[in-house]
Amino acid sequence: MTAYAIRRLLQAIVVMLVVAFVAFSLFQYVGDPVQLMLGQFATPVDRIRLTHELGLDRPFYVQYYHFLVNAVHGQFGVSLRIGKPVSVLLAERLPATLELSLCAAIFALVVGIPAGVYTGLKPNSWLARTMLSLSLLGVSLPTFLIGILLILVFAVKLNWLPAFGRGTVVHLGGWTTGLLTKSGLVSLIMPTITLGLFQLTLIMRLVRSEMLEVLRTDYIKFARARGLTDRAINFGHALKNTLVPVITITGLQLGSIIAFSIITEQVFQWPGMGLLFIQAVSYVDIPVMAAYLCLIAVVFVTINLIVDLLYYVVDPRLRVDRPGGAGH
Amino acid sequence: MTDVRPVHPNPLPARGERGPSGGLRPPHPNPLPARGEREPRVSETGDGRPLLDVRHLRIEFPTRRGVLTAVDDVTFAIAPGEVLGVVGESGAGKSLTGAAIIGLLEPPGRIAGGEILLDGARIDHLPHDEMRRIRGRRIGAIFQDPLASLDPLYSIGSQLIETIRTHLPMSEAAARTRAVELLQEVGIPAAARRIDHYPHQFSGGMRQRVVIALALAANPRLIIADEPTTALDVSIQAQIITLLRRLCREYGTAVMLITHDMGVIAETADRVAVMYAGRIVEIGPVADVIRAPKHPYTIGLMGSIPSVTADRERLVQIDGSMPRLTAIPSGCPFHPRCNRVFDRCLNERPELFDAGTSRAACWLHAPLP
Ligand SMILES: Nc1ncnc2c1ncn2[C@@H]1O[C@H](COP(=O)(O)OP(=O)(O)OP(=O)(O)O)[C@@H](O)[C@H]1O
Ligand code: SF4
Ligand SMILES: [Mg+2]
Repeated sequence: MTAYAIRRLLQAIVVMLVVAFVAFSLFQYVGDPVQLMLGQFATPVDRIRLTHELGLDRPFYVQYYHFLVNAVHGQFGVSLRIGKPVSVLLAERLPATLELSLCAAIFALVVGIPAGVYTGLKPNSWLARTMLSLSLLGVSLPTFLIGILLILVFAVKLNWLPAFGRGTVVHLGGWTTGLLTKSGLVSLIMPTITLGLFQLTLIMRLVRSEMLEVLRTDYIKFARARGLTDRAINFGHALKNTLVPVITITGLQLGSIIAFSIITEQVFQWPGMGLLFIQAVSYVDIPVMAAYLCLIAVVFVTINLIVDLLYYVVDPRLRVDRPGGAGH
Repeated sequence: MTDVRPVHPNPLPARGERGPSGGLRPPHPNPLPARGEREPRVSETGDGRPLLDVRHLRIEFPTRRGVLTAVDDVTFAIAPGEVLGVVGESGAGKSLTGAAIIGLLEPPGRIAGGEILLDGARIDHLPHDEMRRIRGRRIGAIFQDPLASLDPLYSIGSQLIETIRTHLPMSEAAARTRAVELLQEVGIPAAARRIDHYPHQFSGGMRQRVVIALALAANPRLIIADEPTTALDVSIQAQIITLLRRLCREYGTAVMLITHDMGVIAETADRVAVMYAGRIVEIGPVADVIRAPKHPYTIGLMGSIPSVTADRERLVQIDGSMPRLTAIPSGCPFHPRCNRVFDRCLNERPELFDAGTSRAACWLHAPLP
């Protein structure tokens, strides 16, 4: 177990180094910070001095090293647009994005897995057919359109739900949460559905096809011949065997929920990192973009790590045989 | 054909079959009685009532181009403790017949006619949950590819305990004790330790033994073994068949043994049913069917027996091939391939007629009018 975890961890670190390098390159190739900071009328002497002060005249691997050290400490410099440290900006925005993404992920899993199991077990029932057709709709409608439709119906026409924003938030130390107030929770509903719907349909279709596949295997047939109950067969054996692929895809999808949240945050004017990123892009605010890139990478890598460890828990074939545990 | 050959050609266990301790399994204690010495099992049963009684079984597949009849008018019985061998070319309907008995025909296949009785009570068309209780408890099954029969995510112990506790009112601890005993009985070395291992930690032959333990877990009266050794190494096949036969004898379990291997039938079965194009063409005591086959198809099969038993090859094909379900010939379905065909065979379908100790579906054996 430890060796397996360490191996995975090393892989994760390599991935992070590569991503950090890409973020670092942004600084190198997009715009000239010296030019930006000094303005048009600087003398060549000023330029050389500032270049030296910023360490830009040092070999690039030294610069990269410093970038890494700063990044590990959360230092990405100062936002060119807002003038505040990037770390402060992100810390303000992170809770909003994380809460929204988590709600969307839970929504997608809690509805998607049972729906997938049902449509896999009863592929010919009318309910399963309806769910499948609806899921096709969910896959093919663009996210922003779903968001706008929801706003039209539930905010504009029915006036049940707020059209934008996080509602009232509560400050808990450095964290702002919308989960503790009614208006905060109500504000979460539409963005959660908008953000989670695509993943939900994906998870449902995945679980369904995996279930159909597993139900055809010999060990399920043999489990039937052993006289096990439907419940034991469907959930204890079939569903558990679909979990490995489902965990993989789901893990990746959860990562992309956070990435996708850019669009949803835009539609609902959700004060999260995605919105910050969009604004940074239009302003070529390199420090914010670099930090966002690294943060997203951390999220993806962490999820991947968790996925790998879950495999280990679910699938005994990945576990190394205990010494003396007899051969194959 | 009367001499008794050694039970298996290789008295030492194959390498993969040896336990980690390096110890050899004891040679199986129950050498095969000579064929002639075997008593007819049917007469042993007190009231003579068969354990399994299949009458006029008919299995159909509705398709777009009409209904296909894959099994037609199949009638046979198995007495308690009896081993019935079922042979026939690929596609003869052997597996379907077995699946129908345990109620696991896969849709759109369905039992379209006839009845199946277990201990005198109908079990075809039972409600889903009642049939489930019979599976594993009263009829066990071993399938064509036993290597894939174990759920890879659970230890063999938990699969055994699950099966035992599904059918028998036992505590977890008692079920575990029974599971260890079962593993010992099927020849898993160091069973108490191996019980917590996962299927992928066992060799093919060992997994096969685990499958047998699972099939026997709730002590069913009948086991349907559908080509239980086809997927295994030849050297292990004999051991597995020997094991199955020994255990079923000890437990008094009847077996419906489906196989392509006439050698296995000759060694193991009490009676044999020969299937062709979804029908039984001949059924009778194994010695008689082998020594004096009555149906021209069986005669063709047995023509190749000596070599088959020597090197355990599959059934040797007779000229031509079995008809497809969409084009089963009229009259006797074997007539296009039969060297004794005469005019009556072309239009009238023969039923099973008495032919000595056997029964054969052939007009040559029709009682004189
Ligand atoms: N779903 C299906 N639809 C149509 N025909 C089917 C279906 N399943 C099986 N059959 C047909 O039923 C016939 C009998 O099949 P079965 O599996 O019982 O043969 P078998 O005697 O066990 O052959 P084998 O020795 O190859 O295992 C075959 O001709 C097969 O084509
Ligand atoms: S009934 Fe006729 S065709 Fe069929 S096996 Fe007998 S002799 Fe041959
Ligand atoms: Mg078969």
